Amino acid sequence: MKSFSFEQPATVQAAAASLATHADAKFIAGGTNLLDLMKLEIEAPTHLIDINRLGLDQIETTDDGGVRIGAMVRNSDLAAHSRIRIDYAVLSRALLSGASGQLRNKATTGGNLLQRTRCYYFYDTARPCNKRVAGSGCSAVAGFNRMHAILGASDQCIAVHPSDMAVAMRLLDAEVETINGSGVRRVIPIAEFHRLPATTPHLETNLRRDEMITGVKLPAPLPGRQTYRKVRDRASYAFALISVAAVIDASGERAQSARIALGGVAHKPWRVESAELGLSGATINVKSIDAVTDQLLAGARAYSDNDFKLALVRRTVHAAVAEILKNSPQWK
Amino acid sequence: MISNLNIIDEGAEFFEISRRNMLKVSAAMFSAPLAERVMSASPPAPSGVRSRDLTQPARTHPPVMLPVALNVNGRQFDVRIDSRTTLLDALRETLAMKGSKKGCDHGQCGACTVLLGGRRINACLTLAVMHDGEPITTIEGLSNGNPLHPMQAAFLKHDGFQCGYCTPGQICSAIGMLDEAQRGVPSHVTENLSVAAVPLTQQEIRERMSGNLCRCSAYPNIVAAIGDAAGVSP
Ligand SMILES: Cc1cc2nc3c(=O)[nH]c(=O)nc-3n(C[C@H](O)[C@H](O)[C@H](O)COP(=O)(O)OP(=O)(O)OC[C@H]3O[C@@H](n4cnc5c(N)ncnc54)[C@H](O)[C@@H]3O)c2cc1C
Ligand code: SF4
Ligand code: FES
Ligand code: FES
Repeated sequence: MKSFSFEQPATVQAAAASLATHADAKFIAGGTNLLDLMKLEIEAPTHLIDINRLGLDQIETTDDGGVRIGAMVRNSDLAAHSRIRIDYAVLSRALLSGASGQLRNKATTGGNLLQRTRCYYFYDTARPCNKRVAGSGCSAVAGFNRMHAILGASDQCIAVHPSDMAVAMRLLDAEVETINGSGVRRVIPIAEFHRLPATTPHLETNLRRDEMITGVKLPAPLPGRQTYRKVRDRASYAFALISVAAVIDASGERAQSARIALGGVAHKPWRVESAELGLSGATINVKSIDAVTDQLLAGARAYSDNDFKLALVRRTVHAAVAEILKNSPQWK
Repeated sequence: MISNLNIIDEGAEFFEISRRNMLKVSAAMFSAPLAERVMSASPPAPSGVRSRDLTQPARTHPPVMLPVALNVNGRQFDVRIDSRTTLLDALRETLAMKGSKKGCDHGQCGACTVLLGGRRINACLTLAVMHDGEPITTIEGLSNGNPLHPMQAAFLKHDGFQCGYCTPGQICSAIGMLDEAQRGVPSHVTENLSVAAVPLTQQEIRERMSGNLCRCSAYPNIVAAIGDAAGVSP
């Protein structure tokens, strides 16, 4: 690990100002991703700003009936919060399917969103990786790419965003709240927060260099039932091969509305709003789900070892919908 | 090699003497290769810096030494340490409390699990300087050996280990886990999220303990021990 100076500011403003004044500074929240990478010198900040003593650890109800989640709320506390469990169950489920009990006790809301989009070649410093060393090449495109993207990738990088939480937040239309060193605040819709790799795979989000995440806002709860289905190589403590977050309001004869987001398929959580229109006001059956999945997978391309993900997405979307609609007359 | 065996032996320190001698034998017979593997699981050197000794900081970045008050097992230790020191290395190397183990050093195995303000965390993925004044409990702080902490006694009763290397982490994790379950924290296998009290079944224990790997695969006995300590019928 490269050495670094260290500070523990007491206010959000001081922390943000410090980030703006130190060239190679980074915030450290739970540290579970940053230290993992600093040990390999893949991340090498020369100054660390510990944001664990700023507060930002509350979950509050907002005026419009939604919630604001402080950036430092731990993944375990967020998953266990009564409002989240009842009104945003998909988020609780996604969080509980990620990492381990110990890691969730440390991992934070802001840190989880900002964990690096990565693959095992990114960790292997003996191998080329455009994300780690610009222009060095991507070891995964022609390498072992079982975990990799099938949507939105480029020949520069085919890594997937590893977060389960972010997939649920994408489904829920969360908004990321930030502040910069001059005190200017900004709200970034989650759809615009993470980036596709294109020709700049080292840029993973649209957060600016001098910005700090202060919290995440969720709009008022959605009607209907929610689920998060994660498919992985082990039953627990493994990253997703793919995951499906879904909410369907099928209280009447037909679906009133439906949303579907995918994890493990792209450099960011994947959602195609126009595809979901095919489910609102429609009878939900195998045919209509297949049609929606076709649109979700439009333009998909697999890289050999991950060919299976195309079929796995389709089957898991069906399984998620079936789980939501079980015991309901709509499901035929 | 010798030092690896010592470390394993220390892991067994909180068990009764006969057990300890037996562990020494079994460690020597079966577990040394594991220990060697575990201890040597350091990451490969980054390609661009292979010629440099990575244990030495680069000259452009001299070490930054900082004061920190570590509050471990009810005692305060005022130390000056390199900012890079993980909590795990501070416990093991600076304070010479070698009960907490280093398996992977990357948050993947749980051997380093300690309790921070009563909550279980991986000591390898946090910095000592981040925890100035915060109460930390390690395996050494659970009991003075007589009597054992109920979780230690349950591991002994159910033979919840073989080499013992993962055991301090398993025990600290299990204690933190039971507290989570008592506070109603749900898990991936909890069927109904809308009830406040989560019944702790065998399946719940297995899922909640998945952050602690056991290379000897003592899992059935570990689950039995935790279930016993938690009052779950098998
Ligand atoms: C073994 C292992 C298994 C895992 N399995 C899973 C899994 O199955 N599913 C999953 O989703 N995740 C998994 N993870 C990843 C884990 O969820 C992340 O490491 C964690 O969420 C990161 O949060 P943190 O607070 O520790 O971030 P940190 O490591 O503290 O920070 C990460 C990055 O975010 C920046 N940052 C942090 N907070 C802010 C802020 N408020 N404003 C601006 N920048 C900020 C930091 O500077 C850093 O660059 C796993 C991790 C490990 C080690
Ligand atoms: S997929 Fe991305 S992260 Fe993985 S090797 Fe290629 S460039 Fe690097
Ligand atoms: S040493 Fe493996 S999780 Fe910390
Ligand atoms: S008892 Fe040997 S690793 Fe668990």
